[in-house]
Amino acid sequence: MDEVNYWPLAGIAIVVVGFALKFNPLLVVVGAAIATGVLAGLDLVAVVEALGKAFNDNRYISVTWIILPVIGLLERYGLQQRARGLIEGIRGATFSKLLIFYLGFRQVTAALGMKDIGGHPQAVRPLVAPMAEAAAEAAHGDLREGDREEVKAMSAATDNVGLFFGEDIFFAIASILLIQGVFEAAGYPLTPLELSVWAIPTAICAFFIHGWRISALDRRIGAGRAARR
Amino acid sequence: MITYEWLYILAGSFFAIWALLSLKDRLWGNAAFWGLLAASFFGGSHFSDFENGILVLAMVAIAGMGGLKRSSPETTGEASRQKRALSLGNKLFIPALIVPFTAVAGTLLYNFTPLGETGLFEERRETLLLFGIGVVIALIVAIIWLKPPALAPAEEGRRLLDSIGWAAILPQMLAALGAVFALAGVGEIIGGAAGSVIPDGSIFLTVVVFALGMAIFTMIMGNAFAAFPVMAAAIGIPLLVETYNGDPAVIGAVGMLAGFCGTLLTPMAANFNIVPAALLELKDQNGVIKQQVWTAIPLWVCNVAIIYVGAFLLWK
Repeated sequence: MDEVNYWPLAGIAIVVVGFALKFNPLLVVVGAAIATGVLAGLDLVAVVEALGKAFNDNRYISVTWIILPVIGLLERYGLQQRARGLIEGIRGATFSKLLIFYLGFRQVTAALGMKDIGGHPQAVRPLVAPMAEAAAEAAHGDLREGDREEVKAMSAATDNVGLFFGEDIFFAIASILLIQGVFEAAGYPLTPLELSVWAIPTAICAFFIHGWRISALDRRIGAGRAARR
Repeated sequence: MITYEWLYILAGSFFAIWALLSLKDRLWGNAAFWGLLAASFFGGSHFSDFENGILVLAMVAIAGMGGLKRSSPETTGEASRQKRALSLGNKLFIPALIVPFTAVAGTLLYNFTPLGETGLFEERRETLLLFGIGVVIALIVAIIWLKPPALAPAEEGRRLLDSIGWAAILPQMLAALGAVFALAGVGEIIGGAAGSVIPDGSIFLTVVVFALGMAIFTMIMGNAFAAFPVMAAAIGIPLLVETYNGDPAVIGAVGMLAGFCGTLLTPMAANFNIVPAALLELKDQNGVIKQQVWTAIPLWVCNVAIIYVGAFLLWK
């Protein structure tokens, strides 16, 4: 049997180390592609050709950005502010109701392609975190410093969970099309909708798991306060 | 028949306009970068592979030298947005909803009515083509309704595009890397090695290794997108799809989500985990990650179960 040439795996090492060291990711990816090709025994011109062909074949992934003028235009007329208004609409809710509502809101809007509604600078810092703090104080009285930190951190965590496990239900998003591109190159043609429906079970699990954790934090703060009385 | 080529001309026009507007602002790097991307959309099908390769290297060189800058096109301020949001209300969501509605309803109509027999769209491409049509409709509706200044749609789009910067082409580059991995036989090499490590024939353990690899590589690199071509080439495609005949759609989609669980656990994903801790003035830089640990771990377990059940038990 022939000796297996393991050298092409150096490309994987380059990706891992390059990202970990925070080099420009585009440079890392091209470096890894060239190293992989050359170490597999292709000449440099053939590698550049392979890279050019692969980039060209996957142009549809970058087509998704044509949605930006629509979103940008709506932002010009107050889309973010209107989204904030909807969240503010449940002022007076308890801490856990508020964050669970925001979790669902973030998942649904991201699933409909509006992943820039919400986010840390736009929504969490000015709106969600202060509202969560106020709601926790209304229910449990003055918060201990550690509890206050946890409430704020949980607000940011809720934004992340809602975004990550909502956005892939939208079919025209880079991650779904990246999956499509990688499988197509390997000879498995898939459609974006075939992929994105499979984000739904995980999205439901995420809603219940994280929703339960929000409630658990609410109960823990309440219990800690009762114990101090 | 409407093909991807139509979509590429549409996208090429958008990027060409963004390149021209960058030129106007004397942002030469931005103009060159978006101009090259426009050229790729317009001419990529006519260039040789080598020419396309040189185009890629040129774009990467511009980005690598820090040639892309944030732009600041004219837009509205907070106060005026507040006022408009109050008067326009929830109707503001309608143009944004037109896009997914057109694509999803259109795809269903096309596939489940005789409409599909017309052969209007390139095969298997209808959803993304309908997405393009949806964007055009949404844009027209928004322009007629809101009557913005003539350049506003393009400038507002550029404002968002330049806040993304070179990262806008990272997913496309990573897919290209996946193709180069496939060409170089990376999958076969790892498939052969992993086959001797993972107990023979255990589909479940292979699923666990795949999902764990997605999460761990994502934690190291801070980016699930980068982990995906690596793990797909290593285990997802050669073992789960080819050896064990799993459903590629489930393995791909849920594999990526297993990676997202890793994103919740790593300071390397600074934008999501470290920057918010600073924004919220937390004393503990890792405070956000700590809140995410006991969401990410059970959710990762769910993803393993979903892959195992969806891609193997329910498939065929």
